Amino acid sequence: MTRVTRRYHFAASHRLNSAQFTEEENRALYGKCNNPYGHGHDYTLDVTVAGPLDPNTGLVVKLPALDRLVGEQVLRDVDHRYFNADVPEFKTLVPTSENIIRVIEDRLKARWNSVFPGGPRLEKVGLQETRKNRFESTEDQAR
Amino acid sequence: MLITRRAEFSASHVCCQPSLSPEQNRELYGLAANPSGHGHNYVLEVTLEGEPDPRTGMIFDLIKLKEIIQQNVIEPMDHRFLNYEVPPFDKLTPTAENVAAEIWRRLRPHFDGSEARLHNVRLFETEDLYVDYAGDHQ
Repeated sequence: MTRVTRRYHFAASHRLNSAQFTEEENRALYGKCNNPYGHGHDYTLDVTVAGPLDPNTGLVVKLPALDRLVGEQVLRDVDHRYFNADVPEFKTLVPTSENIIRVIEDRLKARWNSVFPGGPRLEKVGLQETRKNRFESTEDQAR
Repeated sequence: MLITRRAEFSASHVCCQPSLSPEQNRELYGLAANPSGHGHNYVLEVTLEGEPDPRTGMIFDLIKLKEIIQQNVIEPMDHRFLNYEVPPFDKLTPTAENVAAEIWRRLRPHFDGSEARLHNVRLFETEDLYVDYAGDHQ
C-alpha cells in the first residue's frame, strides 16, 4: 500500500455563528470568529489517497484526474468565496473547519467511484486554517 | 517511539511511457510527461521505530543513519537525471511513488537485525505532493 498526499490552496472567508445560541453565547463560544462581518484565511487542503502501486504506470493515482475532481468539486466553489453566503451547505451548517472538512469529504466521495472505479481509495482529508490549526478526517472514522 | 531524519536531493526526471501516445502520457502524468524532463528539490523523511537504548538514550545512532541515507540515496541520486543515471529508472518510470518505493528497498536491508526498524519513507516531490511508503505489508 502506498499513500499519496496532494496539497491544494484556497482563500475564503467565514463567520462562526449558530442560530441555536444567543448573541452572548455565540460570542463566548466562537470568540473573534464570531465578529459580524466574517474574516478570511488562506486554507491548505491535503487529500490523501491510498492504494496499490500500479506496476504498469508506476502510479497510485492519476494526478491530473485527482486535480480535476478536487478543482470541480471543491476549489471552484470555495476559492475566493464567503462560505456562509456562497456555499450552499453552509446556509444551515456553521462553517467551522470541522464542518468544512466533512463537506469536502462528502463532495469528493460523491464522484469518487465514477472517477476512480476500482480504486484507489480516499483515505484522509486534512484542512489547515492557519499555521496553528489543522484538522483531519479519515474515511473509516465513525462520524 | 519514532524518530525521523530529513535529507534533500535535487534531481531531474521525466514520466513518460514510450508505448503510449503523447495524449495518453499527458493524461497519466500531466506536465511530468514533457519529453525533455524537469527537476525537483526532493525532500526525504526517513522514520525509524524502536525503543531508546537505556545506556545511550538513543533509538539508533543518528550519525550512522545519516551515513546510510547519504550513501544509498543522496550520493547516487543527487544532481542526477533519474531516468538516465539511476537504475532501475532506466526501465521503471520515476514517479514519486516508484522513487519512494526504491528508496525503501535501498534502505531497508541496513536495518535487518538492527535495534531499530525502518517504519516509513516519506518523499516530497514538491511542497504540494508527497508519498508515504512503508513496505508491501502495509
